[in-house]
Amino acid sequence: MHVKVAAAPAADRWGDPNPWSLSVSSPDTEPQSLYAAREPIFPRRVKGSFRTMKWWIMAVTLGIYYLTPWLRWDRGPNLPDQAVLIDMANRRFFFFMIEIWPHEFYFVAGLLIMAGLGLFLFTSAAGRVWCGYACPQTVWTDLFILVERWVEGDRNARIRLHRQRWDGEKIRKRLAKWAIWFLIGLATGGAWIFYFTDAPTLAVDLVTGQAHPIAYTTMLILTATTFAFGGFAREQMCIYACPWPRIQAAMMDEDTITIAYREWRGEPRGKQDVAGNGDCIDCKACVNVCPMGIDIRNGQQLACITCGLCIDACNDMMDKIGKPRDLIGYLALTDEVREREGKAPKSVWSHVFRLRTVIYTVLWGGVGIALVVALFLRSDIDVNVTPVRNPTFVTLSDGTIRNTYDLRLRNKTGDDAWFSISATSEAGLVLKLEGTPDALVRVPANETLQQRVYVEAAPGSQAALADRTELRLWVADTEGKDRVHHDTVFNGKGE
Amino acid sequence: MCAKQVTKKPGEQVGTTGHSWDGIEELNNPLPRWWVWVFYATIVWGIGYTVAYPAWPLISGATPGVLGASTRADVAAEIERFDAANADIKAQLVAAPLASIPSDQALMAFAEPAGGAVFKTYCAQCHGSGAAGVEGKGYPSLLDDDWLWGGTIEDIHLTITHGIRNTTDADARYSEMPKFGADGLLDDAQIGAVVEHVLAISGQEHDAALATEGATLFADNCAACHGDAGTGDRTQGAPNLTDAIWLYGGSREKVKESVAYARFGVMPAWAGRLTEDEIRAVAAYVHSRGGGE
Repeated sequence: MHVKVAAAPAADRWGDPNPWSLSVSSPDTEPQSLYAAREPIFPRRVKGSFRTMKWWIMAVTLGIYYLTPWLRWDRGPNLPDQAVLIDMANRRFFFFMIEIWPHEFYFVAGLLIMAGLGLFLFTSAAGRVWCGYACPQTVWTDLFILVERWVEGDRNARIRLHRQRWDGEKIRKRLAKWAIWFLIGLATGGAWIFYFTDAPTLAVDLVTGQAHPIAYTTMLILTATTFAFGGFAREQMCIYACPWPRIQAAMMDEDTITIAYREWRGEPRGKQDVAGNGDCIDCKACVNVCPMGIDIRNGQQLACITCGLCIDACNDMMDKIGKPRDLIGYLALTDEVREREGKAPKSVWSHVFRLRTVIYTVLWGGVGIALVVALFLRSDIDVNVTPVRNPTFVTLSDGTIRNTYDLRLRNKTGDDAWFSISATSEAGLVLKLEGTPDALVRVPANETLQQRVYVEAAPGSQAALADRTELRLWVADTEGKDRVHHDTVFNGKGE
Repeated sequence: MCAKQVTKKPGEQVGTTGHSWDGIEELNNPLPRWWVWVFYATIVWGIGYTVAYPAWPLISGATPGVLGASTRADVAAEIERFDAANADIKAQLVAAPLASIPSDQALMAFAEPAGGAVFKTYCAQCHGSGAAGVEGKGYPSLLDDDWLWGGTIEDIHLTITHGIRNTTDADARYSEMPKFGADGLLDDAQIGAVVEHVLAISGQEHDAALATEGATLFADNCAACHGDAGTGDRTQGAPNLTDAIWLYGGSREKVKESVAYARFGVMPAWAGRLTEDEIRAVAAYVHSRGGGE
């Protein structure tokens, strides 16, 4: 790609070292490059309550992610014993005591809606807490930065290394760091595929080279993305790739508690012993610890993920110079104004409890209650009825009118079961099954069985002559534990 | 949420585009450099893709691409794979005694969908996609319990294999009703009387006096095939005239038309066009539509 652009007077004239960058001229500004290299960020180590909380959240979320596939759950001989399993091949989703079939996908949709509403709720109440504490991009980047600091040293050492020539030390440190990142990426991609098949079996297959190529491919793709996003892309993902930072501006208002710099207290920043200066001594601790490379003192900005590390850094500094804490802290915009005027801030709860958070909570809870109710109302057996409408009815030789229905019988238990099928209707219709003289069918464990049934109306009977007659088909397991029904219609000649 | 002024780091030179809405200015920040490299990479990828896969249009066809990818070949391979996978069950279907197929769950699990596919390709043109035939037009419904030539799976299999009134196949079922009117075997009044008798035995509204007269004519002219009681004869494909099912319509006019001009429904032989396993599959499919005997 190193093509010399022969006629590139523009680059020469503007002294732009990069022949590939496009330049524009505008009437009142100096022509500038449209593209800029990423500015490397070297977050300094910080201690404090937010940092501690983030360590705990990292441990819990990574623990859940890596360990969940290994949890076992006994479901009997016919079903897998992995507690959480997305069984794509057999179209089942297992979650501890819950088993979801494809036709129950609304549970997943409901959970996604709850996740969405939950994000709305938390963002409107406390800003980008998801971004700052729980987002996988944040958690893994945090872990990668930890590795980086462990191998290459803290901020100053890393800056030195960054500027250093590629000598033995730099190569050794970089390779060590990348090797650990790669192993973390491999574990991350590896853990992902364990969710989709029996984890212990797959682990053995992976090591012995017998796993399906898709398993290896998925693992390598996720290893590569983890390596690239956590190691190199980092804040670029949040700023350029993720849609959420753009959407959440709509969730926040002046009562949202978010991280802010108390400008009225800090400014004018400068030396502590100069009269008239604010509390900010311009030590840049808040800037140095920021994983996004921003200065929180410039106010709320798109790149801020509200991780709280600047609060820890500033509090540490305030303690050292004997000034009150929280020059940077969680703050609502209305309180910023009140505090500036010397009034006491409102309580946290009065910020959090407001119409929109109440509405989000009610919606969130409503969907949640609906899902739980639906979960408990579910039966272990299930029937779907597809009336055959091609033709709508068949006339038999003695004039009997027959309707046909395709039944989809689901046995969601771990044992084979006999299902009995019956029909109730005011018109006294007779039910028959295809392929069997009685009204019993055996449905294998954890399977769906298709059964055609016929419903017949005697010649000249009301149902035979009427256009349509309401009909209810019942399916019961013969042990009498469950009974489900499906309403449908019997079509007569309509005379 | 912030009505603050655009703030810049000390010494930072960020231009604006000059656009301003309600006091909000649009910064003219540069894009990340990796972004432009990704952009170039997609162009390189795109060129590579057109080299690797069929892409550039030529006068007849397109460049084949160095990887030799072809969706046509993929489909052919896929069909081959399915054929290979089904070879075993197809052999079982051909080897099994016909009568045992409907009660064999494993065979039916293959034969029903396979036969359904054959039916919708070759049979639906006359018998309809739902196998209901066309009432009054001579295309029989395969869903009811009335069979001209028999409704066991063997009968259905024979019919499909050789066809009906199919002169190209010596084994085809063949019968022909005389054209009583057109050929002058019965006069108009006699035909009218026979029709009243047929209406009588099928339980429809009729002229009792004419029907009595028609009964004698029926015994002399029709009973040989349709039976004394008019209940038909499957060995000759003679339909039951006493039931509720009429292939060409059961009204006075339609029955009269049938007697006067006769009917001659035909079906082609499928042996030679379909393989034996396909014929058996479609026979099993038809047999399982609710009317199988």
